[in-house]
Amino acid sequence: MGRKAKFSASEESRRGKGKKAKRQKEPEFRIVDSGKVEKLGRRAKQRAAKRKVKELVKREKKAIKNKFAKQREVEDELKNGIEETSTKRQPLFEDSDASSAEDDASYEEPSGSFKAEASFEEDENDDDDDVEEEEEEEDGDAEEDECKVGTLDDLAVDEDGSGAEEEEEDEEESYDEDDEDDDSDEEDDDDELPVERQAKRLKKEQELEAKLAKEEEQMQINVVSKDVFHFPSETEIDEPIAITDVEQRIRDVLMVLMNFKQYRDPEKPRTEYISLLKKDLCTYFSYNEFLVEQFVQLFPLTELMDFLEASETQRPLTIRANTLKTRKRDLAQALISRGANVESVGKWSTVGLVVYESPVPIGATPEYLAGHYLLQGASSMLPVMALAPQENERILDMCAAPGGKASHIAAVMKNTGTLFANDVNKERARAIVGNFHRLGVINSVICSYDGRKFSEVLKGFDRVLLDAPCSGTGVISKDPSVKTSKDKQDIQRCYNLQRELLLEAIDCVNAKSPTGGYIVYSTCSVLPEENEWVVDYALKNRDVKLVDTGLDFGNEGFSSFRNLRFHPSLKLAKRYYPHTHNMDGFFVAKLKKFSNIIPNSTKNPEHDNTDWLEAKSSDNEAEQEGTQSDEKQEESKEEIKSKKSEDKGVKQKKSKKSSNVTPDKKKQNSNLERNESKGVKKEKTKLKNKKVNGKVDSKEDTKQKVGKGDKKKHSKNVGLKRKGKNTIDNAVDDQNKQVNGVQAVEKQSKNAKRKRKQKDLKRLSNKNDQ
Amino acid sequence: MRRLSDERTKLLFEKLSKFIGPNVKLLIDRPDGQYVFREHKERVFYVSERLLKFAESVAPDHFVSLGTCFGKFTKSGKFLLHVTALNYLAPYAQFKIWVKPSAEQQFLYGHNVNKAGLGRITESTPKYQNVVVFSMNDLPLGFGVAARSTAECKHADPLATVCFHQADIGEYIRNEEGLL
Repeated sequence: MGRKAKFSASEESRRGKGKKAKRQKEPEFRIVDSGKVEKLGRRAKQRAAKRKVKELVKREKKAIKNKFAKQREVEDELKNGIEETSTKRQPLFEDSDASSAEDDASYEEPSGSFKAEASFEEDENDDDDDVEEEEEEEDGDAEEDECKVGTLDDLAVDEDGSGAEEEEEDEEESYDEDDEDDDSDEEDDDDELPVERQAKRLKKEQELEAKLAKEEEQMQINVVSKDVFHFPSETEIDEPIAITDVEQRIRDVLMVLMNFKQYRDPEKPRTEYISLLKKDLCTYFSYNEFLVEQFVQLFPLTELMDFLEASETQRPLTIRANTLKTRKRDLAQALISRGANVESVGKWSTVGLVVYESPVPIGATPEYLAGHYLLQGASSMLPVMALAPQENERILDMCAAPGGKASHIAAVMKNTGTLFANDVNKERARAIVGNFHRLGVINSVICSYDGRKFSEVLKGFDRVLLDAPCSGTGVISKDPSVKTSKDKQDIQRCYNLQRELLLEAIDCVNAKSPTGGYIVYSTCSVLPEENEWVVDYALKNRDVKLVDTGLDFGNEGFSSFRNLRFHPSLKLAKRYYPHTHNMDGFFVAKLKKFSNIIPNSTKNPEHDNTDWLEAKSSDNEAEQEGTQSDEKQEESKEEIKSKKSEDKGVKQKKSKKSSNVTPDKKKQNSNLERNESKGVKKEKTKLKNKKVNGKVDSKEDTKQKVGKGDKKKHSKNVGLKRKGKNTIDNAVDDQNKQVNGVQAVEKQSKNAKRKRKQKDLKRLSNKNDQ
Repeated sequence: MRRLSDERTKLLFEKLSKFIGPNVKLLIDRPDGQYVFREHKERVFYVSERLLKFAESVAPDHFVSLGTCFGKFTKSGKFLLHVTALNYLAPYAQFKIWVKPSAEQQFLYGHNVNKAGLGRITESTPKYQNVVVFSMNDLPLGFGVAARSTAECKHADPLATVCFHQADIGEYIRNEEGLL
């Protein structure tokens, strides 16, 4: 056991020639003058060859060792700290050097007789053994370095027995100086196992390969760059080309655009490259021009392709465990027992599971039917997490169908409190019924109101979730029809609706709620006009502020986009993209309402309503050809605007109005004026008449206008809208019937009176509310 | 939204007691607040009074659903229990039938349960007793009527029906519109 400490050393020392070898008689060679062996057996030849190899190896190693020893010395000198060890070492090295010198001497006589050499060798071996013995004696203070030195000698001597061939390979492989250096390293830890050595060699090879590959790559890049993409001529652009060529061209153009100074064609401006890129993207991904334009503006060029490609592929199928009926772990087990491969969707969610593969349809297992889970995109769990519903709260989901998020809210509330799930479409609201019953949600009221009028039904919610209807540009992988079906007008419609819904959602919330007062706005669109711009509009028109969503991942919202400047706090909103988060494109913003007062929009709302898409298009006039339809649109918009201004200028209106009102109407109006003495009343009837006119003129216009007008008057009267409709109907009837004006006026005045009463009531109730 | 008439209340409770017997009163006397039955367009909803208060502000035209829908009164004046009531029937059920995994799917597609698919049955189930159907791992699958008593089941032919199908959770997919 006492030898254990020197275990390695003793082992090394035993690796020398065995006793048998020493005792063996030396072979006899007869050598001719030319140096060739006269007559040798096969074995003898082999031995000779081995010896030669050994000789070479030894010499090389000696040289390296010398070099190394010198380096060591220098280092040691530098290290003044441990001088004793260095002095100890030096003589040892010298010894070995001396022996090596001897060896050299013996080997540097190639023409000399082999016999002599052989005898020498024996001597040398003896010497070596002596050295070993000495070392062993000295090993009392065994230092690793010393051992190493000893082993080096040993290996040099005996390696031929086992590893001569390996050594040969080594030599073959040492192509250049670098490798030799590596070899020296290798020598340094020569007490490694052959496996380790091989591994090192492999590593070396790999490095070399990597280097070569890198060079090659560089070369290729150079080739590509040399073979600079030349901009196609106009005729070439119009020619149809193969889809693979389009792809290549997209990549080329992207490359040029990313390093524009270097690769550009000096005669072509950047816009031309970009328009070519857009055109190619349209063909390659089959988008319409408008949407590609939006995406080009939204994403940096590096991300653009990633986004578009990610929009082609399906997102992983995710399910949400229904905590009302089961737990995530139990559900995962149940599904795994059915042969499905499921995994948690990530640390951020406690209920989400990803289904990688399933032999059974995951939407029809008995567990699904029993309501233990439902299919829901990963992104759809985010708004509810942001909303953070508390138990016993009153919560509204304004656009709830098909009830995925709403049931999530109920699950978080543990079926306590009150949940209103609303959806404008009655058929879709039925889907909520099915899901809620399946999932066991019992604290809910499901109704189908127009979300824009919900505050007439009920107010004072603690939290409201508004997952607004949108263009769906974030879920193109789910519904590719978006690619071609959406244009400027659709986006416009979307964001107008979203604004109205968001304002209404804010109005439904009770700011003084002890636990809540929050609104979460989310869409599955990535366009800023449907997201940040809508929220910004709400910030301007209601007493709300943005707060942190509580989601710890996702990109920041934009605080500015192109020509638009949003409120800086919009950075607190979160954006999700298919290519970065592997979930549907999504936007989540959380608002906190801090007062129930609805500020009179003294700011010019028109300023807000300016069509920035229009502004954008004017930015890029070169690209966007002003089509007739566009012009028409602008015209109609102008009309609307002028009408709006009429709405405001109350007194001046009369004259203007009379110009486009039928004579019958004129009569009515004049009668009205006579009959009704109060100014306020008059104004309102006028407003209504205006609306009637609008309706008569063009229905679309009225639609928009009514919406806007409502918003403006919102502060004053909510109930008025309902009444307003009646009056509109009445007035239209009157027109149609062409009955005499007096009757009509009587009706109108009645209506006006009723309206006034209603208004007073509303005022009172508002006061009470506040 | 209105209270059930006495007649209809009687119909409803008779039906419910066929499944859960005297446990019906547990639906009414709950420790966690008052729960009531309300009728809207022939549908019967089971809901807490607290929720009802809020639901009353919803106009009938825009009202879709509230709490849990138990079923509806048919044109012939009977009460038809919907599968949506299963959440309340299953925990209180007096007579149960468990079906084997091989027969689960069949039942969920709206078929009767035959002897071969019968895993377990409550002891001393009388013939034509209303039963709740479970899967072997106690997942409520639906409800029906026992076609044979427990004793008869033991000696029945493997293909003989032991439970007539009334409603199953497969309807959530098959018949989403009919749930209300």
